[in-house]
Amino acid sequence: MKITSINDLNQIKADYEAAMGKYHHKVLLCSGAGCISCNCSKVRDAIEAELANLGLADGVKMIETGCIGTCAEGPVMLILPERIFYVRVTPENVGEILKSQIIDGVVVEKQTFQDKTTKQYIPCIDDIPFFKEQVRIALRNCGNIEYKSLEAYIANGGYYAAYKALTSMQPADVVKEVLDSGLRGRGGAGFPTGKKWSLIGPGDQKYIVCNADEGDPGAFMDRSVIEGDPHNLIEGMMLAGYAIGATQGYVYIRAEYPIAVERLNDAIAQAREAGLLGGNVFGTDFKFDLEIRIGAGAFVCGEETALLSSIEGKRGEPRPKPPFPAVSGLYGKPTIINNVETLANIAYIVGNGAAEYSKYGCEGATGTKVFALAGDIMNTGIIEVPIGTTMRKVIYEIGGGMQGGKKFKAAQVGGPSGGCITAENIDVELEYTALQKLGAIMGSGGLIAMNENTCMVDTARFFTDFTQDESCGKCTACRIGTKRMLEILERITKGEGQPEDIDTLYNLGQVVKDAALCGLGQTAPNPVLSTIANFRDEYEAHINEKRCPAGICKELTVFEIQADKCIGCTKCARNCPVGAISGNVKEPHVIDPAKCTGCGVCRDNCSFAAIVPAKRER
Amino acid sequence: MGKYKDNCCINCSDEDRAKYEEIAKVIDSYKGKQGSLIMVLHAAQGIYGYLPLELQQFIADRMGIPFSEVYGVVSFYAFFTTKERGRHVVRVCLGTACYVKGAQKLIDSLTDKFQIAVGDVTADKKFTIEAARCIGACGLAPAVMVDDDVHKEVSPATLYDILDQYE
Ligand SMILES: Cc1cc2nc3c(=O)[nH]c(=O)nc-3n(C[C@H](O)[C@H](O)[C@H](O)COP(=O)(O)O)c2cc1C
Ligand code: FES
Repeated sequence: MKITSINDLNQIKADYEAAMGKYHHKVLLCSGAGCISCNCSKVRDAIEAELANLGLADGVKMIETGCIGTCAEGPVMLILPERIFYVRVTPENVGEILKSQIIDGVVVEKQTFQDKTTKQYIPCIDDIPFFKEQVRIALRNCGNIEYKSLEAYIANGGYYAAYKALTSMQPADVVKEVLDSGLRGRGGAGFPTGKKWSLIGPGDQKYIVCNADEGDPGAFMDRSVIEGDPHNLIEGMMLAGYAIGATQGYVYIRAEYPIAVERLNDAIAQAREAGLLGGNVFGTDFKFDLEIRIGAGAFVCGEETALLSSIEGKRGEPRPKPPFPAVSGLYGKPTIINNVETLANIAYIVGNGAAEYSKYGCEGATGTKVFALAGDIMNTGIIEVPIGTTMRKVIYEIGGGMQGGKKFKAAQVGGPSGGCITAENIDVELEYTALQKLGAIMGSGGLIAMNENTCMVDTARFFTDFTQDESCGKCTACRIGTKRMLEILERITKGEGQPEDIDTLYNLGQVVKDAALCGLGQTAPNPVLSTIANFRDEYEAHINEKRCPAGICKELTVFEIQADKCIGCTKCARNCPVGAISGNVKEPHVIDPAKCTGCGVCRDNCSFAAIVPAKRER
Repeated sequence: MGKYKDNCCINCSDEDRAKYEEIAKVIDSYKGKQGSLIMVLHAAQGIYGYLPLELQQFIADRMGIPFSEVYGVVSFYAFFTTKERGRHVVRVCLGTACYVKGAQKLIDSLTDKFQIAVGDVTADKKFTIEAARCIGACGLAPAVMVDDDVHKEVSPATLYDILDQYE
């Protein structure tokens, strides 16, 4: 049906609520990317079959939602109205859960979320620290509503903001609302969004572009928004288009996200069908449409000018600024580029007013930020917290601390453009200025926690390898500078470092920062500079003592078994790929240093922390 | 476009001819749309499996743009490949989250076992081994993608059980 008025929205909302009201229970099954990879589609089929078996098909509604957040525990499922949260659901155990929970009213505790430190089960989702401390605005519908249903989105207040703006606000009012909200771009640089919109140049054709390239390896926030709540992005783009006078929008999605492409495509088709995209939206003369463009695996295409080249079908090389895209962008026309998460906040801000948004966050950085927690942390997944929440809270309360009781060593924030935050700075507020002071950046929201078994020199090498590989080659500073830096880092991790290498790295880093053409090169040295600043001793150990303290750099490491801790379980010996470990059952084992390749598989497998790295004698 | 009367060269098999035919259709469907080269290349790689030089030449001619432009774009983007692929593409994620969780060990194990370099195809043409830069499954690290399926928390011990599931 065509939606042309507020009555239509109200009608859809009422119909949807009435339809849902008929069910006494709802089963929300996460169909985010994480859970899909854990075979949640088999669980879905099993739920359908079991509900029919149990005679519950008419009273219980199964809803497939976007990412609920706790990716490591997938497939996960939430049962309403009791709000009991089940994890690691399988086609085999789901029948028992449904019967016990819905028919008998008894919680199957062992299948609910477990706090790994206290070993306590926490059945109700509202009591789980991972969820309790979050404020979800950009993710407000993710994991809450059926991702493929336009009606569900409308029933949750969707497209009301668009209606309000198109029928009762001037474009300048929309810009002002966003400006007043204090929203800053979530793609990395943190430029105030309202201000950016107000800088749009004159022209008969303007464009709004959504940056869904999400190139930071270790970040998966944007995909969760698109996959879990595609209409929210569409509405955000519509509002942005209205505010700046654009009639055409593009969403640039990386090719690694086929599910996001598919779901957004479907949502765009729904919106067109309902008359929410196209001409005369809500009976006004506003005309707006959207198209998806797919990336092809180039990190630099996340940089806005490179992204525009890529949409034009060319090599994704950045262009010098000025002219800024707001004046001369896509095909030379005025263009505004915003990140997915930025746009996912717009409908909320316009709908609820700037003040409602800016009450979260801190001075100079209002609202909330989505982070992707990954690495050696217990609760990996997607979270949204008020800006200014401390890193400690994110790691220990929401994240549940480090896996295996290991020590927190550092967290990389801002991906390959960012820096590391060390244990001593763990009380830092996750906020633009504070992070910058510590040599990191807010970035797009990737937060990788690293434990004591992480070598910081190797981490710097890893990021430099990444940026070097992704450097488009257009400017010399980045193309050659990062190459030389990488060579030095490789040399150090192989035990061939020279005493002057640290200074050379530092100086080269400064030059690349100053001379590179685009943000890729300008930020590429950050991980190196930040690890030198915080972990100089590790660089020195590699260079002067030819030793890798964390036991990661293979050329410098062999492993040893501490006889007093080894119980002789034989697991290491069974897993060693080169057969370097020998010993009898229930007796301490030994590693032959001549055979040991330093791969560390034995340490990863040891349940008794009996295996430690040592210096490889050369 | 004289040399492509049948949308393919003289020596092509019927199978190739059909694929070229399909690619030609895609190109025509984008006619008149700005900036469609990358979308065409995605489609072409999907149909043909990879983008050999002859195919790039065909696309250039059909779209009426210089070959150098097509080649320039193909060589710029990591997603496009000019090498023939195995029946399945195994992409070990080497993004940050996966790297921190030991993904390098998976790569080392694969290159060691099959005695090939990253980017190459195994001797039996079954698998192409690639390293990916984050496939967005960071919460499930280390992650390995085989074709379109993501496998989570893979270790050198479980990797080959997963690969055995593919024919
Ligand atoms: C090398 C490089 C990669 C980038 N990658 C992304 C990205 O993947 N996603 C994104 O939204 N912004 C990325 N950015 C930032 C964009 O250039 C741009 O600032 C952003 O999309 C603007 O949107 P915002 O104001 O809403 O944050 C990148 C910047 C650089 C220099
Ligand atoms: S780093 Fe491997 S999926 Fe993101």
